[in-house]
Amino acid sequence: MFSTIAYDLSHLAGATVLLAGFVVLYQRRLLGVFRAFALQSLAVAAAAAWQAYSQDAPHLYVTAAIAFLLKGIAAPIALNWIVRRLDIHRTVETAVGIGPTMLAGVGLVVLATLLVLPVTVSSAALTRETLAIALSVVLIGFLVMITRRNAITQVVGFMSLENGLVLAAVGVKGMPLVVEMSVAFSLLIAFILFGIFFFRIRERFDTLDLQSIESFRGERR
Amino acid sequence: MIPAAISALLLQLLHVALALAAAPLLVGSTRFAKSRLQGRRGPSPIQPYRDLLRLLRKETVLAHDASWIFRVTPYLVFSIMTVAAAMVPMFVLDLPLARAGDLIAIVALIATARFFQSLAGLDIGTAFGGIGASREALIGSLAEPAVLMVAFALALVAGTTALPAIARFVLSGGVGVEVSLALALIAFLIVAIAENGRVPVDNPATHLELTMVHEAMVLEYSGRNLALIEAAQMLKLLVFISLISALFAPWGMASAEDGLDFLEVLAGIAVFGLHLLVAAILIAAVELAIAKMRVFRVVEFLGGAFILAVLAVVFRFVTEAS
Repeated sequence: MFSTIAYDLSHLAGATVLLAGFVVLYQRRLLGVFRAFALQSLAVAAAAAWQAYSQDAPHLYVTAAIAFLLKGIAAPIALNWIVRRLDIHRTVETAVGIGPTMLAGVGLVVLATLLVLPVTVSSAALTRETLAIALSVVLIGFLVMITRRNAITQVVGFMSLENGLVLAAVGVKGMPLVVEMSVAFSLLIAFILFGIFFFRIRERFDTLDLQSIESFRGERR
Repeated sequence: MIPAAISALLLQLLHVALALAAAPLLVGSTRFAKSRLQGRRGPSPIQPYRDLLRLLRKETVLAHDASWIFRVTPYLVFSIMTVAAAMVPMFVLDLPLARAGDLIAIVALIATARFFQSLAGLDIGTAFGGIGASREALIGSLAEPAVLMVAFALALVAGTTALPAIARFVLSGGVGVEVSLALALIAFLIVAIAENGRVPVDNPATHLELTMVHEAMVLEYSGRNLALIEAAQMLKLLVFISLISALFAPWGMASAEDGLDFLEVLAGIAVFGLHLLVAAILIAAVELAIAKMRVFRVVEFLGGAFILAVLAVVFRFVTEAS
């Protein structure tokens, strides 16, 4: 019976991650988006910790701890701080309406499922499902980045995309720790860079709406 | 020993009688719990009975241009809800009438009731009735696809849409921590909130707001017609709560397969009462915690339910395939 519980629990954690991705898509308030992202990171941490326990791979505990501390706690606090510091308008500005975005999200989940299932016929059921969910999370992260105008929500999309990558990484056996560490730290550095850019963009254009940068580059006239 | 057919009939009658008796009490205890949580004393839980009795004694006033639709609708809606309540397992799994229709049939029954209620709202030609009817149609057209998707997800999990069979499947413990079921449950909860006009979709406590939906639609009813409509609305809440408890938490229900045990039925009734109590407190707590949303946000809210249900189906498909 142990195998089914292991299966069910990782299935549950994966589904929570995906669901939190949809909550990020659904939210209209920036603080709600951060909270949903924190929930997603916590679910990723739980998934990693559970895999570490069930696969008996202690290095995955490190992954779980990184996801928990860095993305579950530090990143949302930092984002909150940036929003308060820059005094940003706290509604999410969307390029496409919420409804169509959600529909596109469901389409991406179906796409990911159809894509992963035939490719991984030979692997175990758990791996296939985790991969399908992880690919959906990655695609939804892309979708968030595409459909949001504000730079700060695009960063949240980027980090939830990385959550999907971590989910895929912990689901497959034999992922070396070095790779995960470097991914986590590159994310941290990217986050710091984004933070600096926020201040620079804000100073230059008085807004974080990236449309004004496009017109500045001469892409729109 | 009583012959099986007669005991089944008695059981069905007991079921309907209990449903009719419990519905006002359920609404009354919800209001009671809500006012207690707000720090008010609140009317006693049996207040809805008194309200219904008072309405029954009052004179019925009909608008001049009310057609037969307006007059027939209260009886129709009430009887439809009673039939729906008779088909949903509440404390016994295999009711004789449960075989008459599955989950999809119950959805269709509720949709029929809504259709006639909207027609009646439009019939007398007042502005409020029209607004209420159009909003009800909006909510219905969004809630029904979601609830059908939930039905499909359940059918994929359990292999059937018949309510007792699904409940038995959940009882058998063959599901474990099933993600599709959890997603379907959340979607169904959202739909139930919308269908019953609770906060955040509609506010059942108000008669004087531009944003009201159900109350606007039935504004022109009075006397016994209003009593029937209100009783039907209470029954609807009961039907949805018992659907949730039958589909997702059917523990404690008496099984009628191998002859009925009197004690089992009693235990089933007790557990069902407990479910209703928990539901009343939960509804009250949720209604206090969140504010009513704008009517046009309801589209997204119910769209979210639909998407959750679709995800439930997709997840089930993934699990099936592997």
